[in-house]
Amino acid sequence: MSGVTRAGAENHPRYAIEAVDVRRSYAMDGMAVEALRGVTLGIAEGEYVALTGPSGSGKSTLMHLLGALDRPSSGQLLIGGRDTASLDDAGLARVRGAEIGFVFQAFQLLARTTARDNVALPLVYRGVGKAERRRRAVAALEAVGLGHRLTHRPTQLSGGEQQRVAIARALVGEPRLVLADEPTGNLDSANGREVLNVLERLNRERGVAVVLVTHDAEVAARAARLIRMRDGVVVSDTQTAETQTAETQAAGPDGPEA
Amino acid sequence: MKPWEALRLAGEALRANRLRSLLTMVGVIIGVAAVVVLVAIGGGAKAEVENEVEGLGSNIVFIVPGKFQFGATPSLSPLHLSDVQLAARIAGSAQDVTAVVDSGENVTAGQHDYFATVQGVTQNFDVVFNRPLAEGSYLTAADVATSARVVVLGANVAATLFPDEDPVGRTTAIDGVSFRVVGVAQGQGSAFGVTQDDNVDIPITEAQLLFGIGTVQSIEVKAQNPGQIGALSNQLVTTLEDEYTGVQFSAVTQSQILGTIGRILSLLTLVLAAIAGISLLVGGVGVSNIMLVGVRERTREIGLRKALGARQRDVVLQFLVEAVALTAVGGVIGIGLGLGASAAVGAFSPLPTDIAWWSPALAFGVSVFVGVLFGVMPARRAGKLDPVTALRTD
Repeated sequence: MSGVTRAGAENHPRYAIEAVDVRRSYAMDGMAVEALRGVTLGIAEGEYVALTGPSGSGKSTLMHLLGALDRPSSGQLLIGGRDTASLDDAGLARVRGAEIGFVFQAFQLLARTTARDNVALPLVYRGVGKAERRRRAVAALEAVGLGHRLTHRPTQLSGGEQQRVAIARALVGEPRLVLADEPTGNLDSANGREVLNVLERLNRERGVAVVLVTHDAEVAARAARLIRMRDGVVVSDTQTAETQTAETQAAGPDGPEA
Repeated sequence: MKPWEALRLAGEALRANRLRSLLTMVGVIIGVAAVVVLVAIGGGAKAEVENEVEGLGSNIVFIVPGKFQFGATPSLSPLHLSDVQLAARIAGSAQDVTAVVDSGENVTAGQHDYFATVQGVTQNFDVVFNRPLAEGSYLTAADVATSARVVVLGANVAATLFPDEDPVGRTTAIDGVSFRVVGVAQGQGSAFGVTQDDNVDIPITEAQLLFGIGTVQSIEVKAQNPGQIGALSNQLVTTLEDEYTGVQFSAVTQSQILGTIGRILSLLTLVLAAIAGISLLVGGVGVSNIMLVGVRERTREIGLRKALGARQRDVVLQFLVEAVALTAVGGVIGIGLGLGASAAVGAFSPLPTDIAWWSPALAFGVSVFVGVLFGVMPARRAGKLDPVTALRTD
């Protein structure tokens, strides 16, 4: 089952996103530093995965690669079954806009822009007209429980609300995959739980795959699958027994071995 | 991203930093306003020259020795007073022909003195050039025939030498030689610092004695109508060249002279506008500088936009449109200011102004071009930002 059916996967992607022996090195003060030393893993459609590891383990680098913000030094990265190596800058930008949704630790909302227009922002770059953008942004905000905060600016919202706006923004383009980088890192535990609840609910209801990068063991424990990294490699990739729907269980029974 | 989205973003960004945007525009505003005003003044000067051509009777043909070239040293003239009769025969009328010798001389009366252009002329000079008198009478044929020491003063000369009294009948000294004032010319006003009001007219025969020359510098013939000018000029030149073998003559009309002045004024206007344009370029550098600051300040925003699907060219477009919006808005303000200032100059100063339709259009075009020129570099820098690094920036 695992790994060997990639030729078929070109037409029928098993994975929302798949990394095959991905390496990434940087030149730092003239020295080559390997942040990723060969990572192979697949995230199935609709899967909910936590990615943990100490700082310097390469999880941020991996997340940037999965999000098409960066290119691997070697290895293959397939998004929706398509190899990203063949894509130019504009092609990668299109993938980011259409296939990936980002949720950042620091929310990254535009300060002078209303919640609704913040959420609509990805659609601007897909050429969606203003009325349609607003309609979809309102729907996304309603889905995260912020239908009553449409014209508020980020400074007028609580941290939890801001992060939910960011989640709405990540979802507005109906991506395959949401990448959430320490989404609860800047929040108190009550707001953090609320944000995780929203992410989990959207994963369950909409079948969007979620990769959650976190330090927090408690947050990681809520995920159906837990990937641990250390020194640029995956050291463990386990299914936790709990709370997955039959659908996602069937779609992603096991990831490729690390 | 659609182009109008970029325009909307630019508007938001400029409004967010109103004071900074305005200060950045100042360079462009001043440059554009200066171009508009200077072109308006140059245009006004030119329009006045053209007016002058019509007003002064463009039918007068000047016969001068040598090849007529503006600014060239006048050739030594071989013409004699007898050639006036020759020219009169060709023109068919003695009334319409005159001759001139002139020299800058000190003219005094009592305590007062004036450095005037002393013109030796024939009795028809006032008719040919249409110079009405304010008082007294003009030189007569008898004055010219007898080398009489009589003088007709230009308005400025009269006002300076005889501030409190009627000059007619009084005596002035030109180069120490006494002349009786017989008339005072009407003020003509000045065109570009050149005025007939600084002249004094004396009989040409007396002028030749005074200056110690036997020749005349030029002969002026008034054509009956503009259609005759060409034939008359040719005939005069051929006749004179037959008479003085080996000497070249030119027939120059007043409109040619003023046309030359007009061309020089156009050139001057262009030079002034170009100098003003330099301030536009300096304004462009300011725009570039502020855009670079903007790119640095908004690095995280750029990273975010890229993460959300903005292509390099979307980001470039956003910042380029912002730079162009800065200079274009500055250009419009500058044009408004320039038009206002031109109107004020025209109304409250002796300088005439005339706004050519193309000067605001050109100024606007140039300011947009400056925006593109100086916006490209910061915009490209923004476009090339690596989203990963950009998102990490504080």
